Amino acid sequence: MCSPTISPLVRVKRLLQRWGAHPEGHKRPSADTALAVLPLAPRLVLPLSQHIGAPARPVVAAGQRVLRGELLATAQGNISAPIHAPTSGVILGIGEAAVPHPSGLGGPAIVLEPDGADESVPLDECDPFTLDPAEIARRVAAAGIVGMGGATFPAAVKLALGQHQPIETLILNGGECEPYLSCDDRLMRDRPDSVIDGARIILRAIGGRRALIGVENNKPEAIAALRTAAAAFAEVQVVALPSRYPMGSEKQLITWLTGREVPAEGRSADIGVVVHNVGTASAIHRAIRYGEALTRRIVTVAGGAVRTPRNLEVRIGTPLSALIEFCGGLTTEPARLVMGGPMMGIAIGSLDIPVIKGSGGLLALTAAEVSDTAAAGPCIRCGACVGACPIGLMPLDMAALIRAGELKGAVAVGLKDCIGCGTCSYVCPSSIPLVQFFNHAKGELAARERARMKQAAIKELVEARSARLEREAREKAAAAARRKAERERAKAAAAAAAQAASAPGATSATPNVAREETPA
Amino acid sequence: MNPIISSPHAHGARPVGRVMLLVMLALVPATLGGFWRFGWPAVYLWCVTVLACLFAEAVCVRLAERPARSALADGSALLTGWLLALSLPPWAPWWVGAVGGAFAIVVVKHAFGGLGQNLFNPAMAARVMLLISFPVEMTQWLAPQLPDAGLATALAGLGVTFGAGLPDAVSSASLLGHVKAEASRGVALGQALAGQWDPLAAGLGARAGSLGETSAWLLAAGGLFLVAKRVIGLRIPAAFLLGVAAPAALAQFLAPDHYLPPLAHLLSGGVMLAAFFIATDYVTSPSTPLGQWIFGLGCGLLTWIIRTWGAYPEGVAFAVLLMNAAAPLIDHTTRPRIFGRRRDGRSLAAARRG
Amino acid sequence: MLLAIVSLSALGAACGLILGLAARRFHVEAGALEGELAAMMPGTNCGQCGFPGCVGAAAALAAGDAAPTCCPPGGKALAEALAAKLGVALDASALGEPVPMVAGVREEICIGCTKCFKACPTDAVMGAVKQIHSVIREACTGCAKCEPSCPTGAIALTPVPVTLNTWVWPQPVAA
Repeated sequence: MCSPTISPLVRVKRLLQRWGAHPEGHKRPSADTALAVLPLAPRLVLPLSQHIGAPARPVVAAGQRVLRGELLATAQGNISAPIHAPTSGVILGIGEAAVPHPSGLGGPAIVLEPDGADESVPLDECDPFTLDPAEIARRVAAAGIVGMGGATFPAAVKLALGQHQPIETLILNGGECEPYLSCDDRLMRDRPDSVIDGARIILRAIGGRRALIGVENNKPEAIAALRTAAAAFAEVQVVALPSRYPMGSEKQLITWLTGREVPAEGRSADIGVVVHNVGTASAIHRAIRYGEALTRRIVTVAGGAVRTPRNLEVRIGTPLSALIEFCGGLTTEPARLVMGGPMMGIAIGSLDIPVIKGSGGLLALTAAEVSDTAAAGPCIRCGACVGACPIGLMPLDMAALIRAGELKGAVAVGLKDCIGCGTCSYVCPSSIPLVQFFNHAKGELAARERARMKQAAIKELVEARSARLEREAREKAAAAARRKAERERAKAAAAAAAQAASAPGATSATPNVAREETPA
Repeated sequence: MNPIISSPHAHGARPVGRVMLLVMLALVPATLGGFWRFGWPAVYLWCVTVLACLFAEAVCVRLAERPARSALADGSALLTGWLLALSLPPWAPWWVGAVGGAFAIVVVKHAFGGLGQNLFNPAMAARVMLLISFPVEMTQWLAPQLPDAGLATALAGLGVTFGAGLPDAVSSASLLGHVKAEASRGVALGQALAGQWDPLAAGLGARAGSLGETSAWLLAAGGLFLVAKRVIGLRIPAAFLLGVAAPAALAQFLAPDHYLPPLAHLLSGGVMLAAFFIATDYVTSPSTPLGQWIFGLGCGLLTWIIRTWGAYPEGVAFAVLLMNAAAPLIDHTTRPRIFGRRRDGRSLAAARRG
Repeated sequence: MLLAIVSLSALGAACGLILGLAARRFHVEAGALEGELAAMMPGTNCGQCGFPGCVGAAAALAAGDAAPTCCPPGGKALAEALAAKLGVALDASALGEPVPMVAGVREEICIGCTKCFKACPTDAVMGAVKQIHSVIREACTGCAKCEPSCPTGAIALTPVPVTLNTWVWPQPVAA
């Protein structure tokens, strides 16, 4: 079924645009295996920064007993999200722990030891259609819901956008274009009602008119299940998308479904569209209908080195080793462990890292699957990356400029518009790590900007110090002058008194001279 | 601790070596056809040219203190030598191939920065250098001989390539050379072509010409194979052929007595070789879609112009070199439109704001 | 031949005259450039560049006696800006990535003498007489003026640890 508002001209143009790549899906058999619930792990680690924005601030202490769904860390600032206990237990401590990050650096985290009772805080059910939009946004914020597709942007901030700009279309992203991952596929197949209900709740919160759920056509069962669940609701429509990487990228998805482009220096709300992942919609449904905070998610465990690849429902904070164990362990030493999908996921060094809100997948890849044995060769200017880039950039030029240290030049040819999808690196015959060049350049520019701002702040501090010293010197001089004047006055008074005493008719004693306390 | 490894963690591209292998595979039918038509001297010349290129590549890479094996293994030097050999007169002396091959690799490729950095196509630049430096040896063509693979012929072939060169008795003019010569004598085109021009025969190598010129149909077949395998795009070849055929058709329509028909242009000289194998060289052609159209059209148009009004009968090499020089400028001015921005680079305005 | 000598000499003299007049007519006030450069420097007068204070470094830069990479605390950002201002090419390879340093006080040996507080050009040291001192990390530029002033060696510079917020992808090693 085709998207409603796409003109024929746009359809023809789309046929000619060949951006993207078609990596092997590797989705079956893990997508077809039934979803299983992972038993509680003996220790849960909850990083304070599982979302875009400021890390959450802990509000519990070591030794404290908490219930499932209890607030452990509160949001800080406008762009942030709280963290809740995934199960009942005792807080072991708050400190540095291994967290999912490409650098391998640790971060602050809360460590929780489950007590096995899985006792919950009291939950209240409610009908979302009795709540007003602002209240829905507030509850979503309080439930700690962030983008579950991996971006982890706090969902409530996107909901609040509807109060400032007219947003008529909600798009739910069921694309899941990354190979191996099928967590969204299983969610759509097994819990389609939660997704549709979530869509309707979000529509109410943003004041939108229609919801489009985009699902790639390699998931026919999910499309069928969603269409059945959405049959009763005219405002929700399920649209099949061609299977192409990165069709699940927000910008590409919006353009495919609505024909409009998100402005490069704007947001999707500027064209009246807001996008949420289907997992986020399902979590919003649980939060509003049942008062449940975000404490669990579906994770795909896959890759050639896993014995039984499948999808698992996992509590946030579970160490990855528990997932592998449940799936039968590793059949061979994996060439690479990846958290996320193979195109944009991060390579991790150990399985002690916890599952966080944005973890959609865990892959144990064999050397054949990684197929990255060749060292990077020189760029032969074949232009495959230009054809592959969904944004219309020229990766070969940007990489050449970055290699030469011309970061500003790279920005001028569009570095800031790069979405980091990795398609260019995927199609490069010389195996050049293009995405790493771009990530490096973006990070370097951010670091220089931070340094520049620090420079400006330092200048101000130096000036403030000079002013302080000057002021102190002035005050000192003023005080010294005052003391001198006092001494003069005292001397003059004493001389006058002495004169008066030696003269006949001296009646008054030396007048009291008030001594001023001068500051040191 | 693992070293920092960047995404993506899968790769779907054909490695550079495989790409070169496919291009060489596509050249095999035409090359074998040429060997069959022109005999052993062509084989020797091909061998000498290719070996000279490989040797030069090894020397340059060793001078840069890099391992020679990987540089030779990626096949780029072999391919350069192969293309250069295909554009030389089949019975040229061995030193023509050797000098050309060395020049192509040392001066045109490595002096400019090595693999991926050269501005000009090495094979074409070497051919032009040879043409200007040794005009006699580079314009001695011969008509295709009857194949005879006997040992005596093989040894006699050695004498041709490494010894006395092309005997005058067998030299023959290529079609373009013949036409130009007749035109300069004032003979009308129709008369000049009478009995000389047969598209099928020309395409299959019945006329005199270089190894790569005479089997135009075989080259086109190889080129289309590469297009089907997604090794090269269709833009540059299509634009090239259009750039040659369109002005030729127009000119022939206006004055049939003075201008060669489009098919003659397409099937003679190095047009097929250049369209599919030389202009499509990754390094020296633009990377943008529109840029590739402009590049191909420019090559074709310049080829036709030089053939028709220039001093040389064959213009492909010059045309390709001129467009190579323009390729960076073309790349710069034909950048694709960035998603979310207008053509001039400014962000699209928001459609509506609350 | 005489004509050739005379004419070429006259040509040379005329060109020299024109150049000299142009040099006077279009002369750029060196003072203005110096002032602008001094405004770009951090202003902490830490002395790591080897010139007398930031104004001294600006004068050296304007005179061409210093490279744009002379200021370590300014980092790459400042080096680029100075190079752009002076219109010279920046040899960024000369600027090795210096590990950013920050001062820290070992509280168990601090005697509260306030000497480091007085030495710090950005007032990054917090403390008063007989109180244990502490360093405000965001205000510290790593200029190291405090280190020699401390009688007990309590204040010292250590590399700034890389955190998740400051980590940057390394540039891939080119083939």
